Amino acid sequence: MSKKRVNVSRREFLIHSTTIGAGFALGMYIPLTGKTALAAEQTVTAEVPEVNAWVVIKPDDTVVIRIARSEMGQGTLTGLAQLVAEELECDWSKVTTEYPTPGQSLARERVWGSFSTGGSQGIRGSHAYVRKGGAVARQMLIEAAADAWGVDMEQCRAANSVITHVPSGRTTTYGKVAVDAADLIPPLEVELKDPKEWKLIGKPVKRLDTVDKLTGKQVFGADLQLPGMLNAAIKACPVFGGKLKSFDAAKVRTMPGVRTVVAVEDNAVAVVAETWWQANTALNALPVKWDTGPNAAVSSQTIAKMLDEGLGAKEASIGNEAGDAKKALKEAVKTVEATYAYPYQNHATMEPMNATALWTKERCEVWCPTQNGEAALQATAEAAGLSASRCEVYKIHLGGGFGRRGAFHDYVKQAVAIAKQVPGIPVKLLWSREEDMQHGHYHPITKARLVGGLDQNGDLVGMQVRISGQSILASVNPNWMSNGVDMFVFQGLMAEGDHAISYSVPNLSIDHAMRNPHVPPGFWRGVNINQNAIYMESFIDELAHAAGKDPLEFRQKLMSDNPKGRAVLDAVAEKAGWGKSAPEGVHRGLAVCKAFASYVAACAEVSVDGNGKLKMHRIVAATDPGYAVNPQQIEAQVEGSFVFGLSALLYGECTVAAGGVEQQNFDTYASMLIADMPKVEVIVMPSGGFWGGIGEPTIAVAAPAVLNAIFAATGKRIREFPLKNNDLRAV
Amino acid sequence: MAKLKINGKTVEVDVDAETPLLWVLREQLRLTGTKYACGIGACGACTVHIDGQAVRSCLMPVSAVGPDQAVVTIEGLSPDHSHPLQQAWEQLDVPQCGYCQPGMIMSAAALLSQKPNPSDADIDANVTNICRCGTYNRVRRGIHLAAEINKRGRAHE
Ligand code: FES
Ligand code: FES
Repeated sequence: MSKKRVNVSRREFLIHSTTIGAGFALGMYIPLTGKTALAAEQTVTAEVPEVNAWVVIKPDDTVVIRIARSEMGQGTLTGLAQLVAEELECDWSKVTTEYPTPGQSLARERVWGSFSTGGSQGIRGSHAYVRKGGAVARQMLIEAAADAWGVDMEQCRAANSVITHVPSGRTTTYGKVAVDAADLIPPLEVELKDPKEWKLIGKPVKRLDTVDKLTGKQVFGADLQLPGMLNAAIKACPVFGGKLKSFDAAKVRTMPGVRTVVAVEDNAVAVVAETWWQANTALNALPVKWDTGPNAAVSSQTIAKMLDEGLGAKEASIGNEAGDAKKALKEAVKTVEATYAYPYQNHATMEPMNATALWTKERCEVWCPTQNGEAALQATAEAAGLSASRCEVYKIHLGGGFGRRGAFHDYVKQAVAIAKQVPGIPVKLLWSREEDMQHGHYHPITKARLVGGLDQNGDLVGMQVRISGQSILASVNPNWMSNGVDMFVFQGLMAEGDHAISYSVPNLSIDHAMRNPHVPPGFWRGVNINQNAIYMESFIDELAHAAGKDPLEFRQKLMSDNPKGRAVLDAVAEKAGWGKSAPEGVHRGLAVCKAFASYVAACAEVSVDGNGKLKMHRIVAATDPGYAVNPQQIEAQVEGSFVFGLSALLYGECTVAAGGVEQQNFDTYASMLIADMPKVEVIVMPSGGFWGGIGEPTIAVAAPAVLNAIFAATGKRIREFPLKNNDLRAV
Repeated sequence: MAKLKINGKTVEVDVDAETPLLWVLREQLRLTGTKYACGIGACGACTVHIDGQAVRSCLMPVSAVGPDQAVVTIEGLSPDHSHPLQQAWEQLDVPQCGYCQPGMIMSAAALLSQKPNPSDADIDANVTNICRCGTYNRVRRGIHLAAEINKRGRAHE
């Protein structure tokens, strides 16, 4: 017996499907009429009701899958579509996707769950409910077909968007029954497939979003054009925490294209002009006075002093403790001590920060690249002085996120603050690269002092780790801390969980002396695992050498409680040929860690010539993410993670002078180029039973594997980064 | 008033003589496939062809571009994404976020037209674009594959 939805008014909630492109096009042409894009979508688009929140099927069998998380390069969009399509049993070649808006989410009580795309959560944080969304839609489609045929739905099967009544062999397609399915009451419980039955999850299918990226057609936030739109360029006080004192608008008002010069919040000034080039040219000519405040006295040197003090401070918060480290170190036959330091780094997404805003007294709309649409909506409402229900955010493709566009919507607030000063006219705010480099939310700065103790057999009996430096949570959201402790500082060093330490050390003490300089820290792809893995994996290597042991065996011995970590480590060692001779002049280094619930390891092969020039030849990497949704995209992420992690290792450093960041552009904040790139061999070894992240974990092993190989090549232990500041000639 | 030949069409634009070609393409001509990322010639996101040479358009004042010089942007590389590089890129799923890719493809296209069968060293020397997502190894494979596709195409002629 089929159950029809009783409440027909629910229809009012339904959003009708548009492709991303069409919805986008509508958004582009609506604003000046004063109507909302959402209202327009509902009135203008073809009348195709959704089957459920996740799935819309058109009469031509096109499947539209709704994706709440953002696509910023990591392939999340395709992976999530695979998860829905697996359970939906639809024809993959007919799948398209669209983003629901944060406003729609608000109106429908967050039916799509979280929009946040960070912490390698895109897939692992939503796999269960998106698969369920697909399964529910499939059941409804089958039920609609069975009803039409007057047969029992238990006798019907669905595959490839075709429903078959097994006893009679009759068939129909999803497109034909979708309208009827939409009227059914969704089943409350559905059974998800056993992973052994997956047909699409685990397949290296192509990304759904490639072609437009090859032709220039893909619209990024920075490319957005709205009719009648003006452009804005902005400059905020170069000293963090400083304020705008005054500016002399008269000096630039007559420059070509300039419409107005406005103060933005209390610390920035913007020029609004017909084109961005005109706005930026005028901004560069604008006399501005800043009230830099007390932070102007801060420099890299004063920050280093602050952290050095923390290294020896009495008070610190414990992150991981076992046995009695102090006693074990006192009794050790040999102790090793080392201090490491990790610098500030900028996210440096290729596309600089930008947002387009249209403000009126009644309503505010924003078009922006964001890793978290809901947070962007919140920021919009706050800056607009309107309730969230009077605001809307349209997510535009991101030219990279890396954590910069998730927790921080400073660029959205600025765009709205500017738009408020030109009501009724859409304004696109685009940061120059210089602005982007100097107003980041930087990879936090820390130092670590590590002491390890060996017994007469050369076994590790005790270890102390003191981390001194910045807490991201203290700056971003102190509510996420517990009793003033930022546990996330211990990422990769924790006793258990998604970021557990790889080794069982009988006597262990890891603590954190929080020292927070005024430079704003942020979640930077990988976050605290980046420096923590360098500290731990380099130091374990130091201990192995001090014990006269092979670095692989030394690690293995400490990993008896960590079989999955051990498995990825063994896999890279074996494939790289650890223990066998390497090509002349080539040396190897290892690293392993657990991050974002995935197990990762790397073996790097490098050589260093007589002038200290480093060449990275080859890296073998292994990942156990539990389930591998799309192995070819995992490979792409692993390769990309080496670029991100090794760019940071080779060049990444933001220094502070007079309270601001000194680097301005890619000439002083360099990235790896293709010529620097080693060959990367990727082992994807999903062991099942858990869901680990992909976009970040490998970054953590990139740098320490190379550093340990550099030590093997030169006898030099590098403890301060980036490498460009070090002389790598052999000792 | 500047006269330009963009993707085979002659256009006239009314801009300041110092305006970089990049911004004329993006803002006057609405060809936003050519990207801004640094504005100082350091990243290659803005790469276009001028008479077949790869040029970083953020450093090129529009007044320095002659009316007869052929400017080709990513939008004009092929009418139907059939350029061997676009084919190869599609086959290998090269792009991640995609922001650097138009510039990357335009740099690679200029290299391929000068060296139909480039070595890895040629690629290292000529494709010096920044990709923060880290697509380099697929870019390299894509260039080699495009050279292959080209060769096969010629063999069929
Ligand atoms: S934008 Fe022209 S080289 Fe970077
Ligand atoms: S694909 Fe994102 S910067 Fe290259």
